[in-house]
Amino acid sequence: MDFDDTPEEAAFRQQVQAWLQANAPQESAQSVFRAGMDEAAALKTARAWQAEKAAAGYAKITWPKEFGGMGGTSIQNVIYSQEEAKYNLPSGFFDIGLGMCIPTMMAYATPQQLARYVKPALHGEEIWCQLFSEPAAGSDVAGIRTRAERDGDDWIINGQKIWTSGAHYCDFGILVTRSDPTVPKHKGLTFFFLDMKSPGIEIRPIKQISGGANFNEVFFTNVRIPDTQRLGAIGDGWKVSLTTLMNERMAIGGGGSALGTDDLIDLARKITFPDGQPAIKNSAVRERLADWYVQGQGLKFTRFRTITALSKGQTPGPENSIGKAVSASRGQEYTAFAMEMMDMAGIVTDMDLAPYKAAFQAAWMMAPGMRIAGGTDEILKNIIAERVLGLPGDIRVDKDVPYNQLPGVK
Amino acid sequence: MNFDFSDDQKLLKDQAQRFLNDKSSLKVVRRILDTDETHASEVWKGIVELGWTGTTIPEAYGGIGLGHLELCMIAEELGRSLAPVPFSSSVYLATEALLLAGSEAQKQKYMPPLAAGEMIGTLALSESTQAATPRTMKVSFDGGKVKGVKMPVPDGDVANFAVVAVKTGSGTDEKSVSLAIVDLTGPGVTRAPLRTLDPTRNLSNVTFDNAPGELLGAQGGGWAIVQKVLDHAAVLVAFEQVGGADACLNMAKEYALNRYAFGRPIASFQAIKHKLADMYIKNELARSNSYYGAWALSTGAPDLAAAAAGCRVAATEAFNFAAKENIQTHGGMGFTWEFDCHLYYRRAKWLSLSLGSHLSWKDKLVSELEKRNAA
Repeated sequence: MDFDDTPEEAAFRQQVQAWLQANAPQESAQSVFRAGMDEAAALKTARAWQAEKAAAGYAKITWPKEFGGMGGTSIQNVIYSQEEAKYNLPSGFFDIGLGMCIPTMMAYATPQQLARYVKPALHGEEIWCQLFSEPAAGSDVAGIRTRAERDGDDWIINGQKIWTSGAHYCDFGILVTRSDPTVPKHKGLTFFFLDMKSPGIEIRPIKQISGGANFNEVFFTNVRIPDTQRLGAIGDGWKVSLTTLMNERMAIGGGGSALGTDDLIDLARKITFPDGQPAIKNSAVRERLADWYVQGQGLKFTRFRTITALSKGQTPGPENSIGKAVSASRGQEYTAFAMEMMDMAGIVTDMDLAPYKAAFQAAWMMAPGMRIAGGTDEILKNIIAERVLGLPGDIRVDKDVPYNQLPGVK
Repeated sequence: MNFDFSDDQKLLKDQAQRFLNDKSSLKVVRRILDTDETHASEVWKGIVELGWTGTTIPEAYGGIGLGHLELCMIAEELGRSLAPVPFSSSVYLATEALLLAGSEAQKQKYMPPLAAGEMIGTLALSESTQAATPRTMKVSFDGGKVKGVKMPVPDGDVANFAVVAVKTGSGTDEKSVSLAIVDLTGPGVTRAPLRTLDPTRNLSNVTFDNAPGELLGAQGGGWAIVQKVLDHAAVLVAFEQVGGADACLNMAKEYALNRYAFGRPIASFQAIKHKLADMYIKNELARSNSYYGAWALSTGAPDLAAAAAGCRVAATEAFNFAAKENIQTHGGMGFTWEFDCHLYYRRAKWLSLSLGSHLSWKDKLVSELEKRNAA
């Protein structure tokens, strides 16, 4: 048992470190998220960095070389992520496109389409989004309503999608629609990709409880998609969607989130309680700190177990599935506790006054969304119960009922 | 990164599981629960024959000279099986104390019989219904004689000797505490079993009335040694807790899959599924913390104290949670003497208190973090 790289891993890490040192745009990158650079400027920096990564093969390490990847291993991908995380570089703009959309294209698009779309996506020239969730279909994403109706060589799309990250700057999207409402819900779906600049698309930002607008609503009014942009057979949209969602779950974080328990402990040392002692000397505080520290360590070392499996060329065990189920709610709890330690001033979000430039308050306002995005806490527990522990799925009352006869469907 | 046990170590774990399945079933555990036997002597004999008691004892002293990682694998299976044997007292506490602080002569004298199972040792620390501290400790050591009462002493009725924490100074600081090895079968020692919430493990009241003892480690160095011994034991017990918690999850899962209510297996209800998912999450967090503890113990890492406290806290949380929610999953049947759920409920609490409370370990963990940040 050790934490060391194998000789091959160490050599790859050195190669990555040398490349990052020579190429990472250190100064501009520092400012992207720390000082709240505006989105257009951040996007520009991110595109430039993505192009450099792609040119060097680092943009998608595990992709085959024919698609511009490195043909590397999952452990090399982890090593690259760990090293890149040290630079606080712009990220996030290309994750959905390269992590979910393009892999779905690879499974279902024609060679000609792949030749047209993969490279620009990899180099950051074109950005993709995913159009799945709807106002009436979140956890039950197969319950979507957006209609696709055949019209000659085209399909006509009407309806609404929601929670689409980056729709306003995206060039293309993958879209799941209902093509046949007269069959049970999983059987009447059809999947497409489309140009986000198509006539009839209207994009509106969603103002979140945190005040920010990271997501959009996307409205479709008689939007035309050529049948050549259909992915998978008519009525096979659910099967194609599963390809996308599988790719979502394969993502393994390289670590390095913005606020951790170390920051909480640091805060507890700096704040003075009414007894004149640092907060960390208070027994109630100590008990909570211990819980969160241990939980954080547990997540970290669970990730290490997953990385170990990758290093040995094995498929990671199911323990990897607990990360998202734990992280979001724990973050909500310990950021709330950080504010508790600040007493009345915990309410203050002025960046010049609040400790850590009000990062605890900001994280607490984002936390409710984190517990929902990418699978709610409840859905993730269902997944652990069903796929890890082998417990039965829920009894589906909608399984054999035509979609348009389900209660709640107009 | 190789943050996992080796294939050989996993093989040892499989062998341990097979042996305990075969020789130390829950029927054996119930026999100890229902009778006056202090432990299952036939299981103990088998464990000794397999060499487990000499796992970390060097070959020069009659052991098999493996390491703490191997011992962790055995511990997980002992925890899973609830084996009613004095293993933790003799191996995690007494043997570790001797390995850490024993003189050459003491190692020569005690290690071979410990490895061979001819001697069983324990650690006598607690004295009353509150945590043992240099301030409150009263048992004295004067002119080579130990005087006072230790309570509760794990496996006090089973052990041949105890490493006893004694006061050798009048002060209340850590330097007033030393360790003395006392023959529990010799003169001046009276022992009486205590009624406890887990009768499958022995706890005893041990009275020393001028019982002869010899110092283990330097005079005044006892408290520091005890802390190290407890760190080592915390990692090993964490593996027992992880094993026990895993057994509870499996038991709850099997029951939920086979128990029907409202026309379906109760395992299909989200209230039960989420409960079992919560158990799984806590168990995995405890397992990962315990792996880190095992690494720190086996390498003698500077972070050992924090790693030990971390896995202790996580594993205590996991086993206590799994044991109580296992009963809840079983419904009314789980509250019957006949069902085995209570065996885990009892053991979970025994393990979570026998090295000091959950609260005290959390406090210790934060103290270690403070030191780290200060450095």
